[in-house]
Amino acid sequence: MCGPDLGSKEDFEAFVRQHMKQAYAIALGLVGNREDALELSQEAFFRAYQHYDQLSAKGKFFAWFYQILRNLCFSHLRKRKVRRAHQLQMEDGGLRIGDTESDPQSATRNSQSGDGGDHFDPELIAERNESKDRIWRALGRLDEKHREVIMLRHFQNLSYEEMAALLFCNRGTVTSRLYYARQRLKEILEHESGCPGADSGLWEARKGGQMP
Amino acid sequence: MTCQDHKDLMMAYLDNELNDQQRRAFEAHLASCSECTKEMGEFQRLKHMTDSMTLVEPEDRVWEQYWSNLYNRMERRAGWVLSSVAAIVLSIYFGFELIETIVTDPAVGVLMKAGLLALLAGLAILFVSVLRERVYFWSRDRYRDVRR
Repeated sequence: MCGPDLGSKEDFEAFVRQHMKQAYAIALGLVGNREDALELSQEAFFRAYQHYDQLSAKGKFFAWFYQILRNLCFSHLRKRKVRRAHQLQMEDGGLRIGDTESDPQSATRNSQSGDGGDHFDPELIAERNESKDRIWRALGRLDEKHREVIMLRHFQNLSYEEMAALLFCNRGTVTSRLYYARQRLKEILEHESGCPGADSGLWEARKGGQMP
Repeated sequence: MTCQDHKDLMMAYLDNELNDQQRRAFEAHLASCSECTKEMGEFQRLKHMTDSMTLVEPEDRVWEQYWSNLYNRMERRAGWVLSSVAAIVLSIYFGFELIETIVTDPAVGVLMKAGLLALLAGLAILFVSVLRERVYFWSRDRYRDVRR
């Protein structure tokens, strides 16, 4: 299998036009914000073009491009988290980040904004309803690696083999990461509704939602 | 097989990634284990909900401008790199010219010349030190954006 030829500007443009929607969707699933997803996906294309000569296995081009994109997104999320933590610290009048756990008001604000970290904008969901909004926000509160497997499986519709190839890991790792990601997602949704267990708000939300 | 082993199969069953034999074996386990059946039901509901979600596509205008934005970004980056290199080369050239003029000028005192040379040596040491530190941290940074 051969990778794309990015030798000329025209070839690169054709490659970008072919993959821009997918790159944007991947970035959106990781950062949850339209402007950042557009910006980060464009930056990833630019870096891939810049460093294309360094790629020895051209057949693994998309996996390589994916690594550039996800690393950019993860690095962006870490910076955003640090910025938010600083903001929170300023608002709390110099309280340490760790101390906020003992402050009920801060703790509530923390959980509302997704562990004080990532903000997933529900405006980006098509045919919105309450349960979809909650899942989207809960996705924003997952760890990066858990969010990544959910995004690849549900928004990119990749098989386990395809995910393993993109993540440079084996199928077993994909399976267990998906298990823990979904388990965590379930816990967040149950915790939000305030009644853990089988009769949680997860199912109530489903009844109210528009299910296929 | 223990329940824990079946938990590993649960995701593959949920995502239709098991072969016929594995699927039948897993279904047989589900029929005899209420705990796994309950957990499986919860995962299935969660999957239905996640599968029902689609994201809003940006307007056509965004895609029309996507390539031109990227191209502008590349052009500007190239412009910045070129002008930065030119600025550095020109500053070094005129800097040396100026220093040469001062050092070779008999009207300027020895103390002034020694001071100027010491200042330059100090700046050179600082520059090398900062550069070395940056290179050291960059080479050990696990999260460099381009790794492969």
